[in-house]
Amino acid sequence: MSDKPRILVLFAHLDLRRSRINGAMLTAIGDLPGVEIHDLLELYPDFYIDVAAERRTLLAADLLVLQHPLYWYSAPAIIKHWQDLVLERGFAYGPGGTALHGKAMLQAVSTGGPASSYRSGGAHGGPLDDYLRPFEQMARFTGMRPLPPLIIQGGHTVTDAQIAAHAARYRALLAGFRPLAPDGAAANPPEET
Amino acid sequence: MDDHSLLYGAILYLAAAVIAVPIFKRLGLGAVLGYLVAGVAIGPWGLGLISDVETILHASEFGVVLLLFLIGLELNPHRLWEMRRPILGLGGVQVAATTLALTAAGLLLGLDWRSALVAGMGLALSSTAIALQVLTERNLLPTAGGNAGFSVLLFQDIAVIPMLAVLPLLAPTAGAGLEGAQGPDWLEALARLGVIGAIVVGGHYLLRPILRLIAATGLREIFTAFALLLVTGTAALMQTVDLSMALGAFLAGVLLADSEYRHALESDIEPFKGLLLGLFFIAVGMSVDFGLLLDSPFLVLALVTGLVAIKAAVLYGLATYYPLPGPQRPLFALVLSQGGEFAFVLFSEALGLRCLSPEVCGLLIGVVALSMMTTPLLLWLYEGVIEPRLRAPAEARPMDLVEDQDHPVIVAGFGRVGQIVARLLNANGIETTILDHDPEHIETIRRFGFKVYYGDAARLDLLHAAGADRARLLILAIDDRAQALKIVELVREHFPNLDILARAWDVFHLLQLRDKGVTQVEREAFEGALRLGETALARLGLGAWAAKQAANRFRAHDQALLADLLAHFREDIEVRAAISASARQRLREEMEADAAFYAEPRDQDWH
Repeated sequence: MSDKPRILVLFAHLDLRRSRINGAMLTAIGDLPGVEIHDLLELYPDFYIDVAAERRTLLAADLLVLQHPLYWYSAPAIIKHWQDLVLERGFAYGPGGTALHGKAMLQAVSTGGPASSYRSGGAHGGPLDDYLRPFEQMARFTGMRPLPPLIIQGGHTVTDAQIAAHAARYRALLAGFRPLAPDGAAANPPEET
Repeated sequence: MDDHSLLYGAILYLAAAVIAVPIFKRLGLGAVLGYLVAGVAIGPWGLGLISDVETILHASEFGVVLLLFLIGLELNPHRLWEMRRPILGLGGVQVAATTLALTAAGLLLGLDWRSALVAGMGLALSSTAIALQVLTERNLLPTAGGNAGFSVLLFQDIAVIPMLAVLPLLAPTAGAGLEGAQGPDWLEALARLGVIGAIVVGGHYLLRPILRLIAATGLREIFTAFALLLVTGTAALMQTVDLSMALGAFLAGVLLADSEYRHALESDIEPFKGLLLGLFFIAVGMSVDFGLLLDSPFLVLALVTGLVAIKAAVLYGLATYYPLPGPQRPLFALVLSQGGEFAFVLFSEALGLRCLSPEVCGLLIGVVALSMMTTPLLLWLYEGVIEPRLRAPAEARPMDLVEDQDHPVIVAGFGRVGQIVARLLNANGIETTILDHDPEHIETIRRFGFKVYYGDAARLDLLHAAGADRARLLILAIDDRAQALKIVELVREHFPNLDILARAWDVFHLLQLRDKGVTQVEREAFEGALRLGETALARLGLGAWAAKQAANRFRAHDQALLADLLAHFREDIEVRAAISASARQRLREEMEADAAFYAEPRDQDWH
């Protein structure tokens, strides 16, 4: 394993030019060494995903990041499509499916609604964690270590300063990430700043 | 025959056929019987309009040669090899057993052993012309029974050769000539082997380049002329060494069965075969000696009945033993139950060698000719009476179809468009029959392992030969716009179940094609242009995804415009003229419509 951790960021957004948050976040991590960003809709506008290439990058990575806005309590369709095609039985799970063992997974999500609407009785009916559960479970099932998700909410009301702070936090999180040592203990657990 | 009588004869034959054949076809008795009866009607025993029967019979035997050539075209060497068991097994046993049975019958009737053996051999052979024509007419050739029948006929064609060779040995004066015959026999055998070798080697290596050269001239009648020359030449070559002309033509056909010119040859030869074969049947009808029948009607009728009964019995036994599926056995037995045209040849030869007396020979030829007339009648009876009863319990027909060249997709035109379509289909395991009329083109493409046939897809016969009645899709990808429209009309009329996917040149062509009922039409340039536009948008900073969406939106918008245009197009001819004439005005209107479409506000809140 190389000294520098390798990070694969899977990104999807339907209209990045109009985005305030995700655009800023991407810019913030764009120049980090060891970070490879796959803007899935730009790479595969036909949804014809290059599975072999995706697997190669994934195998080399120590950390898989899913960065996306929350659409209808889930990720944009192409992220789900990526999961369906790339994380096949025999590769990601099932007999011989150990390719992802030991890696870490981080989800970086933005929501339009404020945090207050994500609670029982609120407009969105439950805590955000409930809606992220399938992704966390995907990580566990494939032998990845789910990290606590990085969340920013109230996409329509946050100030530029808040967005800048969030983007900086995102950058620091990725820059400070250290993979697990071979003995299984976190050599240098990621710091929450 | 001088010019006048040639013209007169032609008019007579054509008129007789044109009158008799449709009537018999209508009555469900089949075209073959129609020809035979037409022959009887104009022959010496009917209206007596024709006397020169012998010449006509000889000339028209060439119809049988063409028939065998066409059959050969359907059978490539591989399939022929697969049929070796029925050919040798069924054919061999049929010829041997029938010869024995008929010879025994001859002896019982008081013939000397020579005459009995000659008669037995000659009568054991069936009529390729009648049997195959009857089978094709009813589309029974692809069934197991038809296939077995064909195998037997093929063996018989080969068996004639040794039979003719044996005749001199049976001659009463044979003893003297025997020793002298040994030397030349060797030479003759060598010559025969040489001719067959020449046909096989020449057919394999020379024919394709020659056909390519001739096709490259673009003159269809020259191609047809060469096709006829090829068959006549091969036949003549075989005849010089006393081999069956039909067999030679068959061989030539087999050698070309794999070639890209197969369909074109088929459709060129077909009409000649049909006419000559018809003439042959007419000649057979004319040659029936009714004088003999009138002199001793019971003897002749008994002989015909006996012949057909013995042959059918042997065949039925074979079919049971082989075994053929139950309902196919009577068919197999009846189709081959007549005497054949080779009997005429064999008996005339035997007469010359004095193996047969003139009386016996005349009687035998009369019996053969009459037995040929029984086949269509018996088949008519079989279809009307026997088969319906047999078929009731088990509908076992479709299962035993011999696999044919029927691919689910025909690609007409193998240029820029057709190639891509065919490659995509082939890559996904879909077999395609490809038609193209550019010989240079075909040669290049064949190197990549495609099966391409040379020919003009606007010809109905070629479409038939390419299996348009069985295919599911026709990819219409030819360059010629008018030709494409013509093909659509042909297909709509003759193959209504064949779905057409068409390539259009431009909007006007697209509208014409849609107007003729083709639902799936693609302008050849549209998708490519859209793709370029999409890439341009992406490169200009819109991004691949947004550019893709823009292109998709544009396609939908364009299709809506086309639907509008199509409605007008159908309404009135003036609009058609307008659409085709003022492309510039149309472009302006389209651009205005584009602008209106894109002016709709679209917004969504993104984070």
